Amino acid sequence: MNQILLAVVGTIFLAIFAIAFGLILSGIDRRIVARMQARVGPPLLQPFTDVQKLLAKQSIIPANAIPCLFNTMPIVALASAITILLYLPFGSFAPVLGEFGDVILILYLLTIPSLALIIGGFASGSPYATIGAQREMVSMIAYELPLTIAVIAIVWRLMIAGIHEPFSILTLMQNPVWSVVGPLGIIALFILLVMMAWVLPGELSKIPFDSPEAETELAGGILVEYSGRNLGLFMLSQAVKMVAISTFGIILLLPWNLSQFFGISGIIAWITDTIIFALKVLFVMTVSVTIIRTTMARFRITQIVGLYWLVLGGLGAIAMILMMVDAFFCEMI
Amino acid sequence: MKLTTSFNRSLWVFHFNSGSCNGCDIEIVASLTPRYDPERFGVKLVGSPRHADVLLVTGPVTNQMVDRLQRIYAQMPEPKIVMVVGTCAQSGGVFSTSYNLAGPVDQIISVDVYVPGCAPRPEAIIQGVVTAIAKFERLHGSAKQ
Ligand code: SF4
Repeated sequence: MNQILLAVVGTIFLAIFAIAFGLILSGIDRRIVARMQARVGPPLLQPFTDVQKLLAKQSIIPANAIPCLFNTMPIVALASAITILLYLPFGSFAPVLGEFGDVILILYLLTIPSLALIIGGFASGSPYATIGAQREMVSMIAYELPLTIAVIAIVWRLMIAGIHEPFSILTLMQNPVWSVVGPLGIIALFILLVMMAWVLPGELSKIPFDSPEAETELAGGILVEYSGRNLGLFMLSQAVKMVAISTFGIILLLPWNLSQFFGISGIIAWITDTIIFALKVLFVMTVSVTIIRTTMARFRITQIVGLYWLVLGGLGAIAMILMMVDAFFCEMI
Repeated sequence: MKLTTSFNRSLWVFHFNSGSCNGCDIEIVASLTPRYDPERFGVKLVGSPRHADVLLVTGPVTNQMVDRLQRIYAQMPEPKIVMVVGTCAQSGGVFSTSYNLAGPVDQIISVDVYVPGCAPRPEAIIQGVVTAIAKFERLHGSAKQ
């Protein structure tokens, strides 16, 4: 009973935190982009204003949409994005549902907000949204491959190193892969880092991977028919997903907490870890979303698949082989 | 209709060309450049009328465009503002005696803000957006009473 109460309170707290943090992140993102284009840019809290305005506007349901799907999908997207966070640790806060989930579950959960978006796009009965939904499906299939390769390579290396329960998130947090592998493994991990940096914008449909939303050709793509409250909910789910996917990347490849190094504990450790965690998320987001999105133009959908499957998939194969050689040497000696 | 003050700081504009010579459209693009940077005030161009708060129409309405203009207007969620840019959109301008015109914009849909000029300067267009914000504020004031 107590545990259920704790989970409920934790979920509510986490939802509020994630929405606020995600919106501030996208505000920072917009501001950095503006600065890189020699503009002043919107105020930091602009995304809050946008969402607040959208919630006050009328929500139109198009005549040839399927109302029940059209209206529930934004809620499903937001709820599933928050669900991912229940399994992820923030700084030194243990995940709310830590005992239950593992990395594979998160890989599956990460697809659900995109699936909700796709179903919503098909349900809005507009040709633009349909094309957008098809493109989103294709790009989902494309970025899954490098993401899965990265996860499998890391977890496999931990398993070979004799670590118990390598799939659990807490194990990944407590045993950074960097301290397990040898020199070849370090090279492999750098390759995986590059791969993850390219998976992130694809997962979030940001430029150059925003062909599902393509404003210039598809007039907003998947979201073309969404207005008012529904559009606001999709924006929120996008913000939460940004927090979730960067946290996941951090857990896989940058899992250090400062408190372990300096041996601090108690409240101070919590505070430092949370700040460091926020800085890490900010760093990951700036490098792999903001900078990539300012410096590049949109890829065609065929180029997206080619990049993810051939280039990043090839890099992933190289990283896997390096990992295997590394494991072979390390365990031999 | 409940209005929040966030309308003043987050105005999304949908640009519709109902038969303009493209001069006005170039000026609109010019007013989005870093020199003027309307995103400072939360103003941005969106790709779908469903997302928009302001419908920005340029050019006189040709016979072909009447139906489209009405449909785009109907597709926008409430509350909405219509803003016309350019002399053509107000009166027909140099095209006023053309054989294929259905008339200026305000004979097809109701218009809130006029920006005259052929083509208006970016400053004038931004002034028009500010006027649109003021109109939202007025609506907000009347909603409070
Ligand atoms: S007002 Fe001038 S610039 Fe604008 S559409 Fe008419 S002729 Fe072209």
